Amino acid sequence: MKAIIQVENFASSLVGTLWTPIFVGIFIAIVAYALWPRNKSLFDAAARMPLRED
Amino acid sequence: MTSPSSVSKSISKSMTMGEAGLASGLAVFAFVSLLGMAMGHDAAFSFHAALACAASLISVVVIGNRYLDRPAELPPAEINGRPNYYLGPIKFASAMAMFWGIAGFTVGLIIAMQLAWPALNFDLPWTTFGRLRPLHTSAVIFAFGGNVLIATSFYVVQKTCRTRLAGDLAPWFVVVGYNFFILIAGTGYLLGVTQSKEYAEPEWYADLWLTIVWVTYLLVFLMTLVKRKEPHIFVANWFYLAFIITIAVLHLGNNPALPVSFLGSKSYIAWGGVQDAMFQWWYGHNAVGFFLTAGFLAIMYYFIPKRAERPIYSYRLSIIHFWALIFLYIWAGPHHLHYTALPDWAQTLGMTFSIMLWMPSWGGMINGLMTLSGAWDKLRTDPVLRMMVVSVAFYGMSTFEGPMMSIKVVNSLSHYTDWTIGHVHSGALGWVGFVSFGALYCLIPWLWNRQLYSLKLVNWHFWISTIGIVLYISAMWVSGILQGLMWRAYTSLGFLEYSFIESVEAMHPFYIIRAAGGALFLAGALIMAFNLWMTVNAGRASETEGAAALQPAE
Repeated sequence: MKAIIQVENFASSLVGTLWTPIFVGIFIAIVAYALWPRNKSLFDAAARMPLRED
Repeated sequence: MTSPSSVSKSISKSMTMGEAGLASGLAVFAFVSLLGMAMGHDAAFSFHAALACAASLISVVVIGNRYLDRPAELPPAEINGRPNYYLGPIKFASAMAMFWGIAGFTVGLIIAMQLAWPALNFDLPWTTFGRLRPLHTSAVIFAFGGNVLIATSFYVVQKTCRTRLAGDLAPWFVVVGYNFFILIAGTGYLLGVTQSKEYAEPEWYADLWLTIVWVTYLLVFLMTLVKRKEPHIFVANWFYLAFIITIAVLHLGNNPALPVSFLGSKSYIAWGGVQDAMFQWWYGHNAVGFFLTAGFLAIMYYFIPKRAERPIYSYRLSIIHFWALIFLYIWAGPHHLHYTALPDWAQTLGMTFSIMLWMPSWGGMINGLMTLSGAWDKLRTDPVLRMMVVSVAFYGMSTFEGPMMSIKVVNSLSHYTDWTIGHVHSGALGWVGFVSFGALYCLIPWLWNRQLYSLKLVNWHFWISTIGIVLYISAMWVSGILQGLMWRAYTSLGFLEYSFIESVEAMHPFYIIRAAGGALFLAGALIMAFNLWMTVNAGRASETEGAAALQPAE
């Protein structure tokens, strides 16, 4: 039981300390995904989605 | 009707789980409501229980009739390889949006006139400013705006996923249930039922009902995304999803309350003191960020490209500014609590994040405006598109003003004055109002397969309302800054130069100008309602316009 609490405390303090870099990392990954040259054709097609009719 | 499959199915026609479950659930709920009505501790609670009882019984009858009238098979997901879109609930929500819009603007005009001429509250409890004001804000934001968001989200998610809306009764439960929540909340305010949290006034039982409706909304939206035929989830759906999820989280976070009795309307909120204030404005500002911004940005990302027949200017920018908005908005709430008991560091944090929000906000504005590249000439000929583009300009303006007002020194002048009211209305009338009007002018003809009755009337609506907004917000700027400066003016001996009532007196002319602006805005909305009514009931089928709309841009 004590070990579980210790692990929990360690995990929560780690997340508490690290959430800023974690969020920054996630955001940088999103920006990289958005700007990645290979994704350009996907996004160009997606930008036209409202114009398509079925 | 004579096809072999329908004949064989008609023998085995039976209620779906949803029909049987909802009908019996509502029947039980009607009985519980009846008990609540009989045993209620206060008249307002009994009245609301009576409404719930009546609404449940009517719903049971409607579900039964719907079952008897429908063929054995539920409507197919596709007809001839094309998605069979589910439009009924969307039609209902769009009509309700127009109704609540008129109601909300009218109540706004009444309370604006009450401020100029206080005798207009008629010395009756139900018509005092304190009860009508939440009626106005909720009718406009949650009833008008909410119905526009539900209607457009159900439309856009189907169209961009190329699939029929998930669920059979569930979408109807969402739109009707949401409007029933509005009815309970609104009549509650008039009867003095409120938990006194701004923009979260409804009491515990209305909050519980909204939770059920909202979770159903989330499930319908999610399940439609899950069964999509398009591999890519269009950016507007990301904005809608963020709006739906965050409103659920905000609603649950801000509203935990303990009722005094389960048979009475009064409750006490779980949070106390400054924590309650912090929760309230975490909720309040994110209602601005995710209800009034993310949801309506979703409208912008579908309806402006569609109407302008141009692709989104930069899809990459839409992804980046979406996530930047999500990461930043959630922290901005404390700027509503500058110079209060809230710890100083939290105030500064709120201010900092509010200023950073300027960037993603303008990212969205630039993306919306630049989508017009190559189609700017359409602004001259298409008042519907002009309305939506001007709304984006108002979005840019109020998201510049907001961060500025969140700066503590600016806030020390602007807070508690009419400047705040002016700011809110440049966002609400200019951005949310105009983008909603534009979306409804597009949506109603699409839903009923009609041609818009009159573009000339849209033009009148546009100009009358624009003048109304300009009168309103400029009057409130002058009045607010005047008020703020009068409150902080000292004489050479260090006494306050003006009494409070002198500042009220000084605002009188601006109150009249504001009421005039509100009257113009309401007049524009009435023209719109007439135009849309004629579109549906006397309009021509959309042969020509429909054919034009079917043309791809290139």
